[in-house]
Amino acid sequence: MMEKYELNKNLAQMLKGGVIMDVTNVEQAKIAEAAGACAVMALERVPSDIRRDGGVARMSDPRMIKEIKKAVSIPVMAKVRIGHFVEAQILEAIGIDFIDESEVLTPADDLYHVDKTTFKVPFVCGCRNLGEALRRIGEGAAMIRTKGEAGTGNVVEAVRHMRQLTNDMRQVQAAPVEALMSIAKEMGAPYDLVKYVHDNGKLPVVNFAAGGIATPADAALMMQLGCEGVFVGSGIFKSGDPAKRARAIVLATTYYNDPVKLAELSEDLGEAMSGLEISKLENKYAERGW
Amino acid sequence: MKKVGILGFQGAFLEHEQAVRRLGHEPLVVRYPGELEEIDGLILPGGESTTMGKLLNRTGMMEPLREKIKSGMPVWGTCAGMILLAKELENDPVVHLGVMDIAVRRNAYGSQIDSFSTRGVIPAISTKELEMVFIRAPYITKVGSEVEVLYELDGHVVAAREGNMLVTSFHPELTENTSCLEYFLTMFPEN
Repeated sequence: MMEKYELNKNLAQMLKGGVIMDVTNVEQAKIAEAAGACAVMALERVPSDIRRDGGVARMSDPRMIKEIKKAVSIPVMAKVRIGHFVEAQILEAIGIDFIDESEVLTPADDLYHVDKTTFKVPFVCGCRNLGEALRRIGEGAAMIRTKGEAGTGNVVEAVRHMRQLTNDMRQVQAAPVEALMSIAKEMGAPYDLVKYVHDNGKLPVVNFAAGGIATPADAALMMQLGCEGVFVGSGIFKSGDPAKRARAIVLATTYYNDPVKLAELSEDLGEAMSGLEISKLENKYAERGW
Repeated sequence: MKKVGILGFQGAFLEHEQAVRRLGHEPLVVRYPGELEEIDGLILPGGESTTMGKLLNRTGMMEPLREKIKSGMPVWGTCAGMILLAKELENDPVVHLGVMDIAVRRNAYGSQIDSFSTRGVIPAISTKELEMVFIRAPYITKVGSEVEVLYELDGHVVAAREGNMLVTSFHPELTENTSCLEYFLTMFPEN
């Protein structure tokens, strides 16, 4: 019999090649589904608004999440604060399909993440490098996403984290077996997972890119850099024509290797969300997570 | 050696590709209508059926694929693929390819927390027990007179065949067992 964790990793496999879109109400969820999103992330404020408003960002109202769940047939995800296992218990109780333990919300615990092995529902967690990815997988994450810098419309951090992850994996793969324990120690990652990466050249779970993707070209860039799908947060519903942009990003994620198609898709999309310079940010969400 | 297409819009197509290669056949990930002319049969993988259905329409693949299937090309739908092939969806007004005489209930078992795996013998496919992985899976609620039921689980049809069309609610590509794929390959015409 397959363990629950295996089934949860399998659900992530079904999301591959797809786009997961942040939505804040039923209407947006329907637009996302109609555009071809493979899942939606239900939250009260998209990251760029969280950034603008400041204050403490928490799990969304369960009623709003339930309404979105009722309105669409694709999987619905929702975010909990880092370490807030009770928010996770609440989301599990309302039958959410996937929990994002997210640095976009204000962390609830500055030492520990949620012990995800005690939940039946799958978790996705952010990472900036291989050590962080393997720590989260060690805690039970069924899916990983590179963090990028959410709510900025600036893809540079997503690229940085994806490249870092790939470089780390190459290094582990090329290392002699006797080096793996020292690598595990330096990375702060479980030995058995470092060994897995050494033997297989990839993570044991699906990896998506997130944080700053705003255009079809951004999505295709992340796919060409080796991620298996993308999260788009503020990039869609903070743009001039969300439905059209959402459709284009979905197609760009499928045809990421076809520049002619990407050129077609990038035409006449209206205004993209306005972006932020990373060095001018007050808060770097990516730095949250331990 | 057969050339086996796998619809590559979204979902778990890589897993099917690897299984096809393991059995010594040539996989082709299909993303363009023209590629339908190059393949001997097609696998519609697991993933999100709404995503794949919309991309079939937007890429102009829906009609040529429907014609190919109607003219006898072997096709196997796993999970979302089953939904794409069905003539009727119980809880969704949008039918996709609509070529197989079955009615299907989407997310029939509930949300992810209800996903499960089980084991059983499907006599038409193999005498050996195989693992069946159900991920937010659909099942068949009605079959037409030409449809052969291959397996029922707790009174629900989860594997069936109608001529050149094979459907499974579960995901053989997520396990090491290739007997479903071997069975599908027997549906290909010789040369």
